[in-house]
Amino acid sequence: MSRRTAPEINAGSMADIAFLLLIFFLVTTTMDVDTGLTRRLPPPIEDPTEKPPEVRQRNVFQVLVNANDDLLVEGEPMLVSSLREETKKFIVGDPTFRDESMPEGRLTDVPILGQMLVSKQIVSLQNDRGTSYDMYIKVQNELVGAYNEVRDEYALSKFGKTMKELERASKVSETASLQIDAVRAVYPQRISEAEPKNVGE
Amino acid sequence: MSKFKKKKSNGQPPISTASLPDIVFMLLFFFMVTTVMREVTLKVKVVTPLATEVNKLERKSLVSYIYIGEPIKALQAQFGTAPRIQLNDAFATQNDIVQFVEAEREQTNPVEVPLMTFSLKVDKDSEMGIVTDVKQELRKANALKINYSTGKTDKIVD
Repeated sequence: MSRRTAPEINAGSMADIAFLLLIFFLVTTTMDVDTGLTRRLPPPIEDPTEKPPEVRQRNVFQVLVNANDDLLVEGEPMLVSSLREETKKFIVGDPTFRDESMPEGRLTDVPILGQMLVSKQIVSLQNDRGTSYDMYIKVQNELVGAYNEVRDEYALSKFGKTMKELERASKVSETASLQIDAVRAVYPQRISEAEPKNVGE
Repeated sequence: MSKFKKKKSNGQPPISTASLPDIVFMLLFFFMVTTVMREVTLKVKVVTPLATEVNKLERKSLVSYIYIGEPIKALQAQFGTAPRIQLNDAFATQNDIVQFVEAEREQTNPVEVPLMTFSLKVDKDSEMGIVTDVKQELRKANALKINYSTGKTDKIVD
């Protein structure tokens, strides 16, 4: 009996080919994950003559950054490192809403928690055209961070979980996503950016 | 006949390299999957600032990039050192942004247009003036979802 076997293909050069491709992908690959601060711009103004709604002074937390990257918060000079704490104090405000220097409350429907008084806080950020982008991002970061921390603390005290844990749970549970909505409704992120000034150009 | 010839075992047998292609292929597939081809050649210097409260950008296909910074060294003789906007592969002015947004929208599935994000990759040494102009143009084009590209850090210094 003669059994004819097909000649085996030499696979020795396979490694070389694979190496070649490997090196190509090694060179072209960029491993960076894109991260950043996600923000929403206000929609374009349709009617420029229309007056913006009046906002009372006590509801506004004013943050100004000038062309020399100096920070002025509620009329007081401040360092970026203390901005977060001050913003948190303002966002939380006075739980009874009687303090004249802190924002007023408004009756709002909140999921799960029902009707309650929610602070009318607004953080107003104004920068100069000469402000450095680095400084602007720092300030934005601290403001967003203040909101995140306030929400985290509230979520922890009400539902026993941080926002991150709730977000993870919301993929499988309906209540968790309602709880997220509730926390967001109690502390809505209101960062308003005024048109920048043009000083010192 | 000599079917049962005994092999002479002189010295150690060579190490088999037959599994080498498998290992290399494994690495190859890993890099093929994780790789993101560079779509644009940067003409501006962009070193993004650092922040702590960062989100990851998901759905890369729905993200368009706007670069702002001073031109790279090789192009400074021609374009100077004032910060410029780069869209795709070319320098642009703020008036091109509305058109750029429209072009990007046309390339996207209409259902997913509201999910599109415009990522601003801005050099940390640039001034806010040019960034504000870009933001105003984006508002005009109704592209409201933006993202300031930043690196991640644990602590912000003054």
